[in-house]
Amino acid sequence: MSDVLSRVSKMVVEHLDVEEDKVTEKANFIEDLGADSLDNVELVMAFEEEFDIEIPDDAAETIQTVGDAVKFITEATA
Amino acid sequence: MAGRRVVVTGLGLVTPLGCGVDTAWSNVLANKSGASRIEHFQADDLGCEIAAMVPRLDGRGGGGADIAGTFDPDAFLTKREQNRIDEFIVFGIVAAEEAIKDSGWVIDPEDTETQERTGVIFGSGLGGLQTIYESSLKLAEKGPRRFGPFVLPGMLTNLTSGHISIRHGYKGANHSVVTACATGAHAIGDAARMIERGDVDVMIAGGSEATICRIGITSFVACRAMTTGFNDKPETASRPYDKDRDGFLMGEGAGAVVLEEYEHAKARGATIYAELKGYGLTGDAYHITSPAPDGSGGYRAMKMALNDAGMTVDEIGYVNAHGTSTPMGDEVELKAVERLFGDAASNLSMSSTKSATGHLLGAAGAVEAIFSILAVRDNMVPPTLNLHNPSVETPIDLVPLKAKKKSLKAVMSNSFGFGGTNASLIFAELPKND
Repeated sequence: MSDVLSRVSKMVVEHLDVEEDKVTEKANFIEDLGADSLDNVELVMAFEEEFDIEIPDDAAETIQTVGDAVKFITEATA
Repeated sequence: MAGRRVVVTGLGLVTPLGCGVDTAWSNVLANKSGASRIEHFQADDLGCEIAAMVPRLDGRGGGGADIAGTFDPDAFLTKREQNRIDEFIVFGIVAAEEAIKDSGWVIDPEDTETQERTGVIFGSGLGGLQTIYESSLKLAEKGPRRFGPFVLPGMLTNLTSGHISIRHGYKGANHSVVTACATGAHAIGDAARMIERGDVDVMIAGGSEATICRIGITSFVACRAMTTGFNDKPETASRPYDKDRDGFLMGEGAGAVVLEEYEHAKARGATIYAELKGYGLTGDAYHITSPAPDGSGGYRAMKMALNDAGMTVDEIGYVNAHGTSTPMGDEVELKAVERLFGDAASNLSMSSTKSATGHLLGAAGAVEAIFSILAVRDNMVPPTLNLHNPSVETPIDLVPLKAKKKSLKAVMSNSFGFGGTNASLIFAELPKND
């Protein structure tokens, strides 16, 4: 597991109060992890703070799965 | 009341005298005070360094893991849920859960028609003040991109109603009240009106408040409304009618009742605590923070409640006073009650339970309505603590220092608020043949 994935997974578990084994790369925040639109906003903010990056609103809308988040963060911090 | 009859079938309390109706009420009758020094934030520069706090696991308000009546929201809300809402909403949800359970009112999730006949009116005087304060500081420090999406729904005053409605599928009225220190009483009175006129059959009503924080204390000290002279003896600070009183002591918590149309409650075999017989509400049209000196606003609210109940003053055995322990307000109310009761004043008992709980602001009217209902149920009158030397002579028994037995058929609960708003509720025992 990449460092980014493990950090993202840990944050998702914390913010969405879900079981760790449900947080796979394919897991969709809303459909699989029970997030609502406000949860998503909060998660994106948490990613920004944790990884010291900026995620513009149009990019945030494309982040729908754990894998999407990992991909965006990995590229933004490369 | 003019239309359908309204009865009380469930009660819930979160107070500085403990959480849960049984604990709080037994502490009231044991003449206990909920006051203590503020230790959880810096208060030594505020003028008032004391408050009546809900007992918590961290030791605040005398609470602890093994102490009965300690606040335990974990039974109803995950930590994550608690972190997203201001504490006034947490208090409200917990009190409502107790009241709903107590009433035995359970709705089948498939039964839309019944869901639509049940509603909520929960209010707060100040709403999410602490959340607004903290998020304002964060906005100034970190900027808007670090401002979370849960701040707004976490501090809105009507969100207690929203949460209760969502948790239980109540699809009738989803309403709220903001009338400062009269909030809880207005919420109950307005909810009863909705049942009375047939909009709904069951209502969850109440008020909650959580403003024991730097901005909360500072705001009321600035208005010269709070006690400042008893920081070394917190339990003596709230002393309604006593000549040494110097302002109110802040409390916190919530009160919730389940109100129900009488035939509806009877048909399902619900335990009925009392009937809500009368409701009166008026405005002073005088001043933003001071009551009209002649007490006319409170007088008219009480009179309207009596007329609504179709009762006379000699039927009211106890008044739970607004009595906040401010130098002016207590006597204004007392004189208004004397004027209303006339010759019957000598048979009346009137006390302020704020002497024990402090002033729960938007929750006060609901908590005190519950104490009034329990007074009728148990034929017990709660005391006015710390009343050693009344500042004026009165024919009314102010129930100094100790609770007492008294046969009661009907009681009145008064709540007045900034803005010159007044509410009066009358509860009565059900006639035996009902």
